[in-house]
Amino acid sequence: MSFNWAKPYEPKHPLMKWLDERLPLPRLVYGSVGGGYPVPRNLNYWWNFGFSAAIFLTIQIITGIVLAMHYYATTDGAFNSVNQLIMRDVNAGWLLRYAHMNGASFFFIAVYIHIFRGLYYGSYKAPRELVWMLGLVIYLLMMATAFMGYVLPWGQMSYWGAQVITGFFSAFPLVGEPIRVWLLGGYAPDEAALTRFFSLHYLLPFVIAAVVILHIWALHIPGSGNPTGVDVKDEKDTLPFHPFYTAKDGWFVGAFLLVYAIVTFYAPNYLGHPDNYIPANPLATPAEIVPEWYFWPFYAILRSFTFDFILPAKLWGVLAMFASILLLFFLPWLDKSPVRSGSYRPVFQRFFWLLVIDVILLGWAGGGAPTPLRNAIGQICGAYYFLHFLVILPIVSRLETPLPLPNSITESVLHGEAAEAAPAGQRKKRGGSVATAAAE
Amino acid sequence: MLARLISYGVGFVFAGMLLVSLITGVATNISSPPAPLAAEEFHKHPKPLDLASDGPFGKFDNQQVQRGFQVYSEVCSACHSLSLVSFRDLKGIGYNDAEIKKIASDWKTQVPSINPDTGEPATRKALPSDHFPSPFPNEIAARAANNNALPPDLSLITKAREGGAAYVHSLLTGYQNQPAELLKKFPDAKTPPNLHYNPYFANLNIAMPPPLTSNGQVTYADGKPATVDQMAQDVSAFLVWTANPELNRRHAAGQAVAIFLLFATILGYFAYRQIWHEAKRKVRVTGALEPENQAKTRRAKAKQGVAG
Repeated sequence: MSFNWAKPYEPKHPLMKWLDERLPLPRLVYGSVGGGYPVPRNLNYWWNFGFSAAIFLTIQIITGIVLAMHYYATTDGAFNSVNQLIMRDVNAGWLLRYAHMNGASFFFIAVYIHIFRGLYYGSYKAPRELVWMLGLVIYLLMMATAFMGYVLPWGQMSYWGAQVITGFFSAFPLVGEPIRVWLLGGYAPDEAALTRFFSLHYLLPFVIAAVVILHIWALHIPGSGNPTGVDVKDEKDTLPFHPFYTAKDGWFVGAFLLVYAIVTFYAPNYLGHPDNYIPANPLATPAEIVPEWYFWPFYAILRSFTFDFILPAKLWGVLAMFASILLLFFLPWLDKSPVRSGSYRPVFQRFFWLLVIDVILLGWAGGGAPTPLRNAIGQICGAYYFLHFLVILPIVSRLETPLPLPNSITESVLHGEAAEAAPAGQRKKRGGSVATAAAE
Repeated sequence: MLARLISYGVGFVFAGMLLVSLITGVATNISSPPAPLAAEEFHKHPKPLDLASDGPFGKFDNQQVQRGFQVYSEVCSACHSLSLVSFRDLKGIGYNDAEIKKIASDWKTQVPSINPDTGEPATRKALPSDHFPSPFPNEIAARAANNNALPPDLSLITKAREGGAAYVHSLLTGYQNQPAELLKKFPDAKTPPNLHYNPYFANLNIAMPPPLTSNGQVTYADGKPATVDQMAQDVSAFLVWTANPELNRRHAAGQAVAIFLLFATILGYFAYRQIWHEAKRKVRVTGALEPENQAKTRRAKAKQGVAG
């Protein structure tokens, strides 16, 4: 698509030729994920998680469609349709349900690694800003879908999670409560909320699939990034997606699915909360209300604000939680360093790993009943989260001296071969990679 | 420039609010530290329990699960329902059709029904296709008979409690007198009348009276001596089954899936190595490399018969 050496599609079978002349679908596939898409040759394994995420979206849609055939979206029937009909009476219903439940978690694992890979290697920078932003849209849609899916079994955590999350809106003065009532179709989660959540939970995955197509389309204009962050210069720097990256993604997805299968078959409830096996009871609040693990960092930010200043603390928490995700949309302009890859940015790199630890600690802080220690860690880590993106990153990107970049992707792969072949003067001027220096 | 200032501003405002929250929170904790709670200090985590169904190769020990079913039907079922389980499901723990039919029709609670002649509410004997009938017709009746406490349905109990089967076993064997130490430290925390002290229960005082009180309370059909601990273990094993009737099949299917995926992944890995071998060799066969790779290249060249 983007490179002039990309191989055009040449149909071999007469049927494909016939089809290609009328509807160039095979051509589209060939150019998107086939031999017609040149990809930098130096991608490491952190680049495999996008493909894995797509596999999990597919698993979720397929298992979800079959589960929906047996699910009753009524407050009386939902819990039993999941825990009795699907888990006990539907053929292999337990497999579908556990695969769907854990599939959501593994979808998030893949997507979180994919996002952090993007943060480290500067995948959000020009010319890939829209790829990044569409990715964030997918992530937001995933969060909405996962939240509504968690409500469907109508267990205690489903009900109280819905209560807490829709309660965010009531933090806003004046309009908040009417919006909440409008969203729920009532004053508390009930039949109306459950049926609309079911309807939207069925709809949104297809919206996600559509945005995934946009995400890949936008990616294919500049082409994939790579661990050096150096632009592709010529054909030597790339390999066709098929067979090279289909083979690499293929075996990697197998390994990832193996981990997923082990959790699904041997610890299917490990990532869930036991309270969701108690039917929803609007009159009994659980001892602790916690969302699913993938929301823990945001939940920690939400409840870390305990001080009323101009606005009530609850509203601060809600604003901060929305801001913590929305600020990622501005990342391409917050980090203005011309160097994409964190590998060549020694200062950025340290802050990046600090951020990783910070988010993990935030997750811990949001994942349990609030204790003084949990609150304090949540507050410190929440403060660092905002400082990292809004203060540290803009300053670091202006002050930091990056390491010399390799001249090309091929050079970085060749461990200095190309640099040695180049005239000495030219080499100095352009600078050499660490590997080049070592080879000399 | 303005954008940068906005970014710094937003960052400092949120971070500042969090730090103020931190300071006020810490100050509150120091000035008025949270009072220690008896439920935090004296609560115990479940004792470990080994069951045949544990682990990836675990399978139900049908004999034990059947003993547990006997404990349920003779003791627990007086108050606790098992509403998600059908009599026919008992086939999964080794009962045959005739036995199931007998168990269903002999069940002490009958199934609500309608008198076919008068249309009035009536009851009938349970059939294998029926779910276990609940001991109480509704929640109000259940509470009225139990000092306003509601005995929870047991179908999913080992999935609905932290600790699962180990929790059930510890709870059933954990009744004791309230420790003197607790009363000395928390004079107000005396177990109220009609409640029972049990350190494995979240708030230490449980409404359920000790259900398993003496050895030999149940006479096991298989002749196993029915100590209190044995009965508690058996009924825990039974409740693992009621919550996970698919466990045997799940574990077996998991092995097949894992072996298949492992095999496919290894094949995929070798395919990947072979495909990429070409790409890497094309680059490496010519030109100077780092010393360690030069040796590799020489070997590769010798093997391919390339001069130099």
